[in-house]
Amino acid sequence: MILILIGASLIVAVGFLIAYLWAVKSGQFSDKHTPAIRILFEDKLKISKQNQENINEY
Amino acid sequence: MTEKSSKEKLICYHCGEPCEDDSIGIDEKIFCCNGCKTVYEMLDANNLCNYYSIESSPGIKKTDIKRNFDFLNDEAIIKKLIDFSTEELTSITFYIPQMHCSSCIWILENLYKFNPGIKYSEVNFLKKTLSVRFNQKEISLKNLVELLDSIGYLPLLNLEEKNIRNENLVLKKLYYKVGIAGFSFGNIMLLSFPEYLSLQDVVTDNIKSVFSVLNFILILPVVFYSASEYFISAYKGLRNKIFNIDVPITLGIFTVFLRSIYEISFHIGPGYFDSLAGLVFFLLLGKLFQNKTYDTLNFERNYKSYFPIAVTIFVDGKETSVPVENLPVGQRIRIHNNEILPADSVLISSSALVDYSFVTGEATPIHKSNSDLLYAGGKIVGEAVDVETIKDVSQSYLTQLWNSKAFTKNFDSNINNIVNAVSKYFTFLVFGVALLGFFFWLSTDINKAFNAFTAVLIIACPCALALSTPFTLGNTMRIFGRKKFYIKNVDVLEKLSKVNHIVFDKTGTITESGHSELGFVGIGLSFDEKKIIVSLTKNSSHPLSRQITHRLKVNDFFSVDNYQEFPGKGISGNVNGHFVQIGSAEFLQISEDFLNKATNIFIKIDSVFRGFFSVNNKYRPGLDAVIEKLVSRFNLSVLSGDNNSEEKTLRKIFTHSENILFNQSPFDKLEFIKKCQVKKDFVLMLGDGLNDAGALAQSNVGISVSENINNFSPACDGILDSESFYLLNDFISFSKTSMKIIIISFVISFLYNIIGFYFALKGNLSPVVAAILMPLSSVSVVVFTTLAVNLKAKLIGLTNWK
Repeated sequence: MILILIGASLIVAVGFLIAYLWAVKSGQFSDKHTPAIRILFEDKLKISKQNQENINEY
Repeated sequence: MTEKSSKEKLICYHCGEPCEDDSIGIDEKIFCCNGCKTVYEMLDANNLCNYYSIESSPGIKKTDIKRNFDFLNDEAIIKKLIDFSTEELTSITFYIPQMHCSSCIWILENLYKFNPGIKYSEVNFLKKTLSVRFNQKEISLKNLVELLDSIGYLPLLNLEEKNIRNENLVLKKLYYKVGIAGFSFGNIMLLSFPEYLSLQDVVTDNIKSVFSVLNFILILPVVFYSASEYFISAYKGLRNKIFNIDVPITLGIFTVFLRSIYEISFHIGPGYFDSLAGLVFFLLLGKLFQNKTYDTLNFERNYKSYFPIAVTIFVDGKETSVPVENLPVGQRIRIHNNEILPADSVLISSSALVDYSFVTGEATPIHKSNSDLLYAGGKIVGEAVDVETIKDVSQSYLTQLWNSKAFTKNFDSNINNIVNAVSKYFTFLVFGVALLGFFFWLSTDINKAFNAFTAVLIIACPCALALSTPFTLGNTMRIFGRKKFYIKNVDVLEKLSKVNHIVFDKTGTITESGHSELGFVGIGLSFDEKKIIVSLTKNSSHPLSRQITHRLKVNDFFSVDNYQEFPGKGISGNVNGHFVQIGSAEFLQISEDFLNKATNIFIKIDSVFRGFFSVNNKYRPGLDAVIEKLVSRFNLSVLSGDNNSEEKTLRKIFTHSENILFNQSPFDKLEFIKKCQVKKDFVLMLGDGLNDAGALAQSNVGISVSENINNFSPACDGILDSESFYLLNDFISFSKTSMKIIIISFVISFLYNIIGFYFALKGNLSPVVAAILMPLSSVSVVVFTTLAVNLKAKLIGLTNWK
C-alpha cells in the first residue's frame, strides 16, 4: 500500500519537474519583466473601445 | 514671436516635447515637428493608434536625418548580424536603446501589421532587445531596419553584441540544475522521514530498503548533473595547483556518496543522501543568487561597439557602402552628420565640426579645416564631410590602445580571493582532524576508524563557507544597484575593498559632461548689450553660440544686417547700428595676454573689446565633500587629457594629491596605472570616455562614470551613475564592511564544524545529526549575512529608496 502511494507521489513529483524543465526551456525564466507588461495590452484595448462606445451612446 | 509666452503650453502628441506653435497638426492633434507627424500618420494608416492610448506621448522625437542602410544589402554583414536563417525564415535580434515604455513593447510586437513579411516579433524589455522573425523574400533586412528607423526605433547595429546569448544559456543551465537538485532533495527528505522518526512498526525493513534504492536513484542526477561543475572546477584548480573552495566541496560530495552506497549495500544504515542533496541544492541556490546581472548594461565593450559597421564610399561617382573592417588605407569616404569616424583620416572637405566627446569627454565640438588630421572616434556634427583614411581601423591612434596587453590579460584572476585562500587551510585542517580521528580509533576498532575519518570529511563539507560569499556579496551588489552603482560581478566587490589608490579622470568624470558653464569676464553687460549679443548669436548653429544664447536668457531681439559666419573663427554683423564681432582671439585680433588656455569667446562691439565668455568646467556636485572624505584614507591622483587651465581649482579640491597630471594621452593614462601597480598600489580608476579605456582595463578596479547608464561606456568592472558619484566613499567603505561580514560568517561556520567534529570523531555520526547540522549551518550563515548586510546598509543610509 505504502509503495503504491510512494509511487504515485513520485509520478506527480516527476510531472512537476518536467513542467519546470519545460518552463525553463521555453524561456519563461529568461525574461521575467516583459510578460508582466504584455498581459495588460489586450484588456486596455477593449476597455478603451468600450469607453468610447459608452461616450458615443450619450 | 513675443506672443509665445502668453499661449498655453503645447505638447507634441507623439513625443511629448513642447511645440513651437500649432502649425503642424492633423486630426486635432499637434506635433512638434514633421518627423513626429509622419510617424503618427504611419501608425494611423496601419490602425496602430492604440500606441498612444497605452501611455501618453510615448513616441521618440523623430529627427529628419536620412540614414543610409545600403550596407545591409551586403551578404557578409547580414550573415554576421542574423541569428539563423532558412529558406523561409530569418531570425535576428536587435538592440534598441530607445525602448522605454509599454507602448514601445506594444508597437514593436505589432510590427507584423506594417509588413506581412514580418512573421513574429518579441521584446525583452529589460535587455532592450527585439527578436524578429521575417521572410527575407518578402522584406529585406535593410527594409526592416528602415521600417524600425521610420517609427523612431533605430536599432543599434553592431557585430560585437552577439555574445549576450551565451550568458543566457549558462543561466538556463543553472536553472535546470537547481530544479533537479531541489526535486531530488525534497523527495529524498520525504523518503528519509521514517529514519528520522524511527517508525519501526509502520515501516518494515523491506520497505526501508526500497526507499534506499529510490534514494539512490534520485541522488544520481544530483551528483552527476547538478554538482558536475564543482568537480570540473576542482579538477581545473588542482591541475593549476590551486586549492579553490571547490576542492573540499568535491571531496565532501564524493565521500558522502561513496560511504552512503557502502552503508546501503551492506545494510549498515540509510546513508546520507538527504544531506548530500540538500548541500548541492543550497550551493546552487547561492550561485543563482550571486548570478544577478544587469541585463541592460554591457561591461565588455571595446571600440568596435562605438564604431559604425559600414561607411559610405564612392565607386565610379556613386555612393555605396563598405564594411569598416575592409576599409583600406587611402580610401576616400563620406561621413554624414552624427556619424563616427572609423579610422584616422585627413579632411578633404573645406571644414568640419568634430565632436570628440566619445573620446575625451569634451563636449564642445572642435573645428577642423582642409587637410587637418582627424582622429578616429570623432563624431561629425553638421554637414557631411569627405575624408581620406591614412591608417587602418585597428591601427588608428585611439584603437591602438586595444592592442595593449591590458586587454588580453587573464580576467579569471580570482585565484587570490578570500574564500579560496581560506579553503586551502580549511582543506588541510579537515584532513588533519580526519586523520587524527582515524589513528585514534585505529588501534581499537578499524571499522570505527574508517567511520570517523569519513564522517569528518562529510560534516566538514564547507557548505556554509561556500555560501557566505555569494549571499553577502550578492546582497551588497543589490544594495549598490539600488543606489545606481552597477557592478559586473561579485568579485569586483572584494577587489574594491582592497583599493588604496584612486585615480580620477577629469573631463566627464569629476566634471559634468555637456554642462560646461559659461562665465563672462569683463565689466557686466547691460540689458541692451545682452540683447545685441543674443541677436547675433541666435543666427549661428555653432554649439558655443547656442550656449551663449542660452546663458544670456534674453527673449527679445534686434534685427541683424550683414550677418556673416566665419567657420572656426567667429561671427559678425550689424545689430541696432552697432558692428558686433564674436569669436576667437585670433579672429578679433586680440593680443596674446588674454589667451587664457581655456576655451574663450571674445566680444567686440564697434571694434572695442568688451570682454569674453570663458568655458569653465563644472565640477560634479558634492565633489569637494567626497574628496575630503577620501583624501585621508587613499592616495588620490587626477589624470586629465586637457591642458592645465584648471590646475589651480583642482589643487584646491585635491589638497594632498601629488599627482595631478595634464595633457595625458590614453597611453599615458595606461602607463601611469601600470607605474602605480609596480609600486604595489591597488588602483581604482574612475573614467568615462574611450580615452580612459586602457587605464580602466589596466587598473585593478575600473569604474566608468556615466550620466546615462544606457549610453556607451568602455569596458569596465562597474558603472556608476553620476548622480551617485557623491556616494563613492560610502561604496568603498561598504565593500570593506561586506568583507568583514564574510569573515564573521566564516567564524560561525567553523563553530558549527567544531560541533560536527565532536559527533564525527566519536565514530557514530547518525544521518539525523548530519541532516540537521548541515542545513542548519547553511541557513544560519545565509540569514546572518543577509541581515548583517542590510542592517549595516541601513545604518550608513545606503538603503533608503529613492
